[in-house]
Amino acid sequence: MNSIMTIKHDADKTYNLTKNVVMSTSGEPGDVTNFCEYILGNVKLYGIRNYHDLTVDACAKYTRRELAMSLRSRDAYQVNLLVGGFNANTQKPALYCIDYLASIANIPFAAHGYCSYFSYSVLDRIYHPNMTVEEALNALAACISELNTRFIIKHTSYTIKIIDASGISDVSSDDFLKRLTVQ
Amino acid sequence: MSINKILAHIDNNSQGFTAVDEEYGNNDMVKKTLDKDFDFAPVLQPSGFATKYIDVKSQKDSIIKLAHGTTTLSFKFKNGIIVATDSRATSGNVIGTCQIFLTIFKRSVVANPSRHTNIKNTHKIASQTVKKVIEINPYLLGTMAGGAADCSYWERELGRRCRLHELANKERISVAAASKLLSNMVYYYKGMGLSMGTMVCGWDKKGPAIYYVDSEGQRVKGDLFAVGSGGTFAYSVLDTGYKYDLETADAIELGRRAIFQATYRDAFSGGYVRLYHIKEDGWEFIGLEDVGELYYKYKDQMHL
Repeated sequence: MNSIMTIKHDADKTYNLTKNVVMSTSGEPGDVTNFCEYILGNVKLYGIRNYHDLTVDACAKYTRRELAMSLRSRDAYQVNLLVGGFNANTQKPALYCIDYLASIANIPFAAHGYCSYFSYSVLDRIYHPNMTVEEALNALAACISELNTRFIIKHTSYTIKIIDASGISDVSSDDFLKRLTVQ
Repeated sequence: MSINKILAHIDNNSQGFTAVDEEYGNNDMVKKTLDKDFDFAPVLQPSGFATKYIDVKSQKDSIIKLAHGTTTLSFKFKNGIIVATDSRATSGNVIGTCQIFLTIFKRSVVANPSRHTNIKNTHKIASQTVKKVIEINPYLLGTMAGGAADCSYWERELGRRCRLHELANKERISVAAASKLLSNMVYYYKGMGLSMGTMVCGWDKKGPAIYYVDSEGQRVKGDLFAVGSGGTFAYSVLDTGYKYDLETADAIELGRRAIFQATYRDAFSGGYVRLYHIKEDGWEFIGLEDVGELYYKYKDQMHL
């Protein structure tokens, strides 16, 4: 988005940090790319140097630390992030919500921006920890249906990624849109 | 030791290790290779110092008012890329040539800053024949929207660095890398009053590509962009008539028509339509057409 204009409908705002960690981003445009490419580069460098990748928990905490370092500088990064992934050691998924003030929270579901005002209550209502992939996608569809009903801005395309023990898989935006109850 | 060197010293020491992206280079590399690094204002917050005196959006009574107001567009189609721009330059309070600009500017700043406000908010046309397309090299074009000086300075600097890349690597720079160079350069000065919205268009090994780059640090790849105050008008015409499979003549006509309609509705756009076609063997200049004459060509189709 640029002032009142949409300049791209299907921008991918996610970064695959390792083969089972994804970081999704929002915030000041230039800051987001600069910061995330820096994190991505260093996480990959760690993997190459040490012959094993950082876990999702380590990625999140490293990212938070870099943000915290920037916070008291002359121009801090204005970046909000979600870091999610599957920890192969514990065989458990983890999701971290990091905001531009470098606060971090390990929570079962998370959202940033205006969308969070709509989505959190929907997920509070229908989320349970033993959801199947199908149920989870429908829960996400419920959130987006609510956005279509009440939110002033219309989105036409979404980037959806599923992370499990086998890695990251993409869900096609068009297929996902068929799940919506409110188009 | 200049304030810049002191700050650079502090910055370098506070950082841990830095990943280096071989293809694009990161911001630290930009700092090192920007040999014409500008000195920052010697105050605590240099960014605030600059923005205080620069009026980017004609909303403040700042000393420096930027020349702005533009329509530029570019889109990809089956035979390459069409780039089209208008040619008007407007400025908050100044009309005429560069020399008059300087005289008024110097007098109002030095003698009496408040006198400056007598002629505020009258948007005058500074020039009707501005070239808003910068020919970076035979395969790369950049468009200018926003601050005229910012655009021409940084895109010329981009041209220099693209040439250096060519000499060092014995092959032409990709559009992706060129646009990333520009975006890194302006991101370094983010928040210090730079104002530019540009499209880096060209043909490289992977075919035609367009990147939108602005002074906010945004860099987006796409098939169709319109930038500037008349951008919304141009977008509307483009979105209505655009198809990837357009013939070259139709594509040129679409670009011409979009700029024309934008100049018709947007007071800050006007003058001439400048058209380029980028093909596999580089860009070709199509022509410069007076929007005044285009009006008579199109007026029968417009029912007002």
